[in-house]
Amino acid sequence: MDYSQFLMMPQELGLLLVFLLVFLFDTFLPKKAQSSLSIFTCVVFALFTIANVFMAGNGTSFSGMYEQTSATYAMKLILNAGMLIVLIQATKWANSEFVAVRRGEFYELLLATLLGMYIMISARHFLLFVIGLETASLPLAALVAFDKKHYESHEAAAKYMFTAVFSSAIFMLGLSFVYALAGSLYFNDIAVNIMGGQSALLIVALVFVISGVGFKLSLVPFHLWTADVYQGAPTAVTSYLSVISKGAAAFAFLVILAQVFGSAYSAAWEWMLYAVIVLTITVGNLFAIRQRDLKRFLAFSSISQAGYIMLGVIAGSEVGLASLMFYVLVYVFSNLAAFGVIAAIENKTGKVNMDDYNGLFKTNPWLAFSMMLAMFSLAGIPPFAGFFSKFFIFVGACHTGSVAIYVLVLIALINTIISLYYYLLVVKAMFIKQDECVIPTFKVACSEKVALIITTLGIILIGLASCIYTYLAEAASNSSAMFMFIH
Amino acid sequence: MELSLLMYLIPSLVMFGCGVYGFITRKNMIAILISLELMLNSVDINFAVFNSYLFPGQMEGMFFSLFAIAIAAAETALALAIVINVYRKVKNVDIKEITKMKF
Repeated sequence: MDYSQFLMMPQELGLLLVFLLVFLFDTFLPKKAQSSLSIFTCVVFALFTIANVFMAGNGTSFSGMYEQTSATYAMKLILNAGMLIVLIQATKWANSEFVAVRRGEFYELLLATLLGMYIMISARHFLLFVIGLETASLPLAALVAFDKKHYESHEAAAKYMFTAVFSSAIFMLGLSFVYALAGSLYFNDIAVNIMGGQSALLIVALVFVISGVGFKLSLVPFHLWTADVYQGAPTAVTSYLSVISKGAAAFAFLVILAQVFGSAYSAAWEWMLYAVIVLTITVGNLFAIRQRDLKRFLAFSSISQAGYIMLGVIAGSEVGLASLMFYVLVYVFSNLAAFGVIAAIENKTGKVNMDDYNGLFKTNPWLAFSMMLAMFSLAGIPPFAGFFSKFFIFVGACHTGSVAIYVLVLIALINTIISLYYYLLVVKAMFIKQDECVIPTFKVACSEKVALIITTLGIILIGLASCIYTYLAEAASNSSAMFMFIH
Repeated sequence: MELSLLMYLIPSLVMFGCGVYGFITRKNMIAILISLELMLNSVDINFAVFNSYLFPGQMEGMFFSLFAIAIAAAETALALAIVINVYRKVKNVDIKEITKMKF
């Protein structure tokens, strides 16, 4: 065997190295030094992220099972940025009394899921893809159950675990039909072998595959676990679950649908995805309106955001890929800003209800300010990054030129207005109901402050710094081979 | 006597259907786990059968089955651990006991 093939995967190897360093630190260093594990992890991961910027080189290894393109590099870089913010945010929580004993496990599990997502993004063979998917979702179930003292954490973990296994069973059944049709599990071979013949079995297989990945992405009608898991899991894990795992799954979904089933685009999956997108955006929005718990509220908001991300998938082109990556990047920063504020307040006072945020501007003006920017960005109000990401994703979808997609974009636009209503409910509670302050003034921990500053700057700058979108568009245009079979 | 492809495929799909039915109707979490196991194992049968009947020249489906068995074992172990955690908290493995968070 040619071991130099491993050099094709520098990011995975680097992440493995980070994992090993954290593991060794956690295992062998004396008790006294343990308290600096959080800072150690953040620093090592930051160095790794910076090193990532300079990594490049396209190609395949393991006879085509694994592929690196400039798009996968860019996507992994986006995930790294999000992961770094999550790590910084989690520092305070990880050092709290009940978690500190198991601090090391928390970081190791987080890094292990990220490795699974890397594999998922780069896999070009369904066996490797399934291994990546499971490596990503199994440690997450353990993380959801991390808050042993709270009953909700256990309930959330049980719900997450059962739905995750159920969805992967459905996904693998779909794969077995794909295998029966194509006689191979390599993405490229399947794409060639299923060309032309539109058998009923292919459509059945597609339904199974879409619903299997749809579970991971929490698309309606496979979304029912999302709100419960987001509410029950520790806030650090919820923020990870809502941005990183969703972003990675969205990218992998696009790769599967475009590269493997590209020839069945207009015949089959365009319409399946069409229905799913309309349902996801609308149902997510309507359910978000009635939520009072902020974590549940953000769960439904993230469901509808997943619908917007899917607009980049249905575009099925390089423009769609670029806008999908840009949307995920902006979503990472906006959502993590919101979760940063929620985590800061929850760590201090234990309050997560929307009514508790009344008059937050009076007592904690900076927290209220960051939260406001996050809500504006999620809703897509112009000067902030959320506006640009929505704009690009609509443009990407319109690029297909079909009338049906224009109607879809119109529905998405109307839903943006609905979403504005509930995002502004939070802003209203913080800024207008000044007379009934619930949360006292408190000092935000240093690590949380750093994370909030990074995310807030990201929200303001990402949309304005056009070099970022240019970079992503360039990366996407280099992987045009992915969309060979569409159209 | 040579068995046809369908003779294997029908039992495996019936098994999958039983798994889905059990997953939806069972109230005991251990029983739900068993149903999930049925679903995962029917996938393994599918892969093995498709491989040996449709593409006898290669081994890809068999390899997938092998890996899927290992993955299923990992999933079951973790799910059992979570069920034990729930049991310690509520002294029960009934699914109706863990319905505090809704809508």
